[in-house]
Amino acid sequence: MSARPPIVAAEGLRKTFEGPDGGEVAALDGLTLQMRPGELTALVGPDGAGKTTLIRMVAGLLRPEAGTLQVLGRDVTADPQGVQDRISYMPQRFGLYDDLSVQENLDLYADLHGVPGEERRERFARMLEMTDLARFTARPAGKLSGGMKQKLGLACTLVRSPELLLLDEPSVGVDPLSRRDLWKIVQQLVDEEQLSVLVSTAYMDEAERCAQVWVLNRGKVLDRGTPEELRARARGLTFLAVPPAGMRARELQARMVDAPREVVDAVPAGGRVRFIRQPGADEAALGTLLAGAELLPREEELEDTFMMLLRQHAAETAGDPAAAPAPAPALDPARGAAPAAAAGPVIEVRDLVRKFGDFTAVASTSFDVMPGEIFGLLGPNGAGKTTTFRMLCGLLPATSGKLDVGGRDLRSARARARAGIGYVSQKFALYGNLSVRENLEFFGGAYGLRGRALKARVAAALEEFELDPGARSGDLPAGYKQRLAMAAGLLHQPGILFLDEPTSGIDPLARRAFWRTITALSAQGVTVIVTTHFMEEAEYCDRIAIQDAGEMLIIGTPREVRAEAGTAGTDMNAAFIGIVEQARARRRDAEAAA
Amino acid sequence: MRLSGTLSRLAALTRKETRQMLRDRSNLMVGFLLPLVLILLFGYGLSFDVKDARIAVVMQNDSLPAREAAMGLTGSDYLSPVWIHSMQQAEEMMMAGEVDAILRVPHDFLRQLALGDARVQLILNGVDSNTASSVESYVSGALAVPFAQLADRRGGKAASSGQAVIVQRTWFNEPGESTWFLVPGLIVLILTLVGALLTSLLVAREWERGTMESLFVTPVRPLELVLSKLAPYMVIGAIDLAMCLATARWLFEVPMRGSLAAIVGVSMLYLLVSLSLGLLISAAMRNQFAASQLALLTSFMPAIMLSGFVFDLRNVPVVIQVVSQFLPATHFMGLIKTLFMAGDNWPEIWRTSAILALYAVILIALTRRALKKKLD
Repeated sequence: MSARPPIVAAEGLRKTFEGPDGGEVAALDGLTLQMRPGELTALVGPDGAGKTTLIRMVAGLLRPEAGTLQVLGRDVTADPQGVQDRISYMPQRFGLYDDLSVQENLDLYADLHGVPGEERRERFARMLEMTDLARFTARPAGKLSGGMKQKLGLACTLVRSPELLLLDEPSVGVDPLSRRDLWKIVQQLVDEEQLSVLVSTAYMDEAERCAQVWVLNRGKVLDRGTPEELRARARGLTFLAVPPAGMRARELQARMVDAPREVVDAVPAGGRVRFIRQPGADEAALGTLLAGAELLPREEELEDTFMMLLRQHAAETAGDPAAAPAPAPALDPARGAAPAAAAGPVIEVRDLVRKFGDFTAVASTSFDVMPGEIFGLLGPNGAGKTTTFRMLCGLLPATSGKLDVGGRDLRSARARARAGIGYVSQKFALYGNLSVRENLEFFGGAYGLRGRALKARVAAALEEFELDPGARSGDLPAGYKQRLAMAAGLLHQPGILFLDEPTSGIDPLARRAFWRTITALSAQGVTVIVTTHFMEEAEYCDRIAIQDAGEMLIIGTPREVRAEAGTAGTDMNAAFIGIVEQARARRRDAEAAA
Repeated sequence: MRLSGTLSRLAALTRKETRQMLRDRSNLMVGFLLPLVLILLFGYGLSFDVKDARIAVVMQNDSLPAREAAMGLTGSDYLSPVWIHSMQQAEEMMMAGEVDAILRVPHDFLRQLALGDARVQLILNGVDSNTASSVESYVSGALAVPFAQLADRRGGKAASSGQAVIVQRTWFNEPGESTWFLVPGLIVLILTLVGALLTSLLVAREWERGTMESLFVTPVRPLELVLSKLAPYMVIGAIDLAMCLATARWLFEVPMRGSLAAIVGVSMLYLLVSLSLGLLISAAMRNQFAASQLALLTSFMPAIMLSGFVFDLRNVPVVIQVVSQFLPATHFMGLIKTLFMAGDNWPEIWRTSAILALYAVILIALTRRALKKKLD
């Protein structure tokens, strides 16, 4: 192995971009890395770590300001085309032509790579079989689901066997089922063709599959090694805390997250709290913090090491926004009282149906959400969860069924029902060129706040969410944009908050902070409905519902859902895949029987 | 080997562009429907000719010779006289915009006629100076014959002695039809439009949808991208050109005195320039909205305002004349009008073709540079 030269050798790479405030931000800051041929190498790191910049540089699309970069034994800066002729690259957005069919997309890339006729036929047949897209060759790529687009994107980059495959966050915004399929394909090609793959990812379970893992943050390499070597860094520090009776896991988790001196990281999982203790933590302080919770040691995981490395790095670099403690909104008596008055469910859904022409996006769905509950809506891409979600917040009329939100019928009193809800959309829906204060004032006005009340609410929101009123909204880091969006959605003190994939695209530390805010709101009596792709986030929910193909497959507490899936352990991801696959198998059987 | 690679990639990319073009209905609307609308609009709707200009005729002298003189107005297609009794009423009609001119035959018309110095007064509504000058020439033309006859009858000698008659002829556009010069100009506009509205979106769209990044990391060369994007739109432009030529010939009956080969050849060259400019803007802006706005501002608007399409460039300030000389549309506009109405002027054809070819080469080279495979 050591005799073979590295396929990618980077030495002291540096690249800066202009930052929001006009200053320079280093995307790569003296990065040095070697990648061995014939294996999977992962780049892991939060947003802004420099993963995409590095991959683009390897692809010859960006020029380093300093340092050298050898790819396939060539200086990629001097001869980018020579490298580009031999590699394949799938950018984050897959590079598909929406108005061309699946087959036409494949043909185009095969022609561009000059794949000859015979080889092409074999390759296409294999790719279509692996991606399970053979049935859809005539369909325009724009009409494929997110997961299918991703697989087609991969097939297009693999129309020939490259000497190096670059995948830039191939599974962002893709559901667990599609993610698993994608990795199956990549793994198969590595095994059969000794393909060399450089993949960037934010998912630790994906990094776990790679031979080498490089942890990046802010343009620097924090650590590297095989998954085993990295895992070992957290050995002996990882535990499960079982909360005493009467205490919710997320309440205990909130306490622990608030104590960075003793605890590196804590997340709720399966009714317990998974946490990493600080190596030098004070035993007594930790004991008080645990408040009688039972401690179970657990096996360390890659995620643990990753979180440790990130926290360390955040602590070392002062002024890191991710290092700031999670903002917990101050308790507001007015808000706390409102939902308590309603004794029954705050959201009541009965036989909800939504059709688009002949297509049933949501089939006869019923459920209730209680005041102060955190309710998670999960499902693969195209499952109907976005449609359900939009109906709940009154953005989309239902075809039939009953829909009460906050005690008002959404179908007849939509405007009034809306006044009682807050909505934070998936994309950043605020005005990027307005300042933080201007955005808040605008949205407050849109919700009917005026004069002194508006001023007071904006001031409170700025303080609660630790926002700089003068900053230009579009220039905020992702985590802060998320805070601003939350602040805007909460200005009118709604009793119900709708969050549509609020944490996609923000790094793990910011995600922890974000959920800390959510759990605090819930403690104040605010009802939260949330959709998410991160299955581990389902653990923060009181109850979750899983949808697929418009049908509600299961509703229950995370524990009940795991029990239903019958999977051992606490892995929400596996439970999710299990439940969706069981339902799909049942449906296939029913169709076969009919 | 390398050439065959280029050719097969070029074919694949052109096929892709053509498919995308045909599948986007708005493309076809802009490519075919808009030119058709423009042709009909400019051919029928827009005309600088004055037809049925209303003239208020105030007969302050009601003698037979005076009436004979005024009757000259009735025979013309272009004028429709209204007989008014008082000057005051005529002025009111002028104020209200009901008439374009007032013709006053004064009290002393007969007496002055006897003296050989008969005069009538023509008051023009100068709000629209184009119309006013047309009406002026129509009225003086219409009155010339009866005035000559009157002069003849009263005293032949007086008329023949010391009076010169101007025999007027307009060359190239004998009937003075404005469609004759509007329709050739329309070809310039429509070929400009295809570039400004269609190709200006092409590269920006690839940037916006993230496909550019994928294309870059293939063996594709920048020039192949440029050429494959030009090819399908050259076809659309050629069809538009055929539409323009057919309507010019058979619908508006504009003469085509130059050779068809010259007209088509120069037009296709200009089309290439127009498409390349659109592509360059698209490649430089990387944003569809900004690119289309900039393309409209830098190619379509100047082609209307500054190319000599409507306004004679000799009458504009020097600065604008200089600017207009930098527009490929100006050179093409001058040549295409000559080709339609005057005939083949080979030195002019070669000169303009050379200018347009130079533009095409420069624009394509710049676009190729803007597409160098770099993201920063």
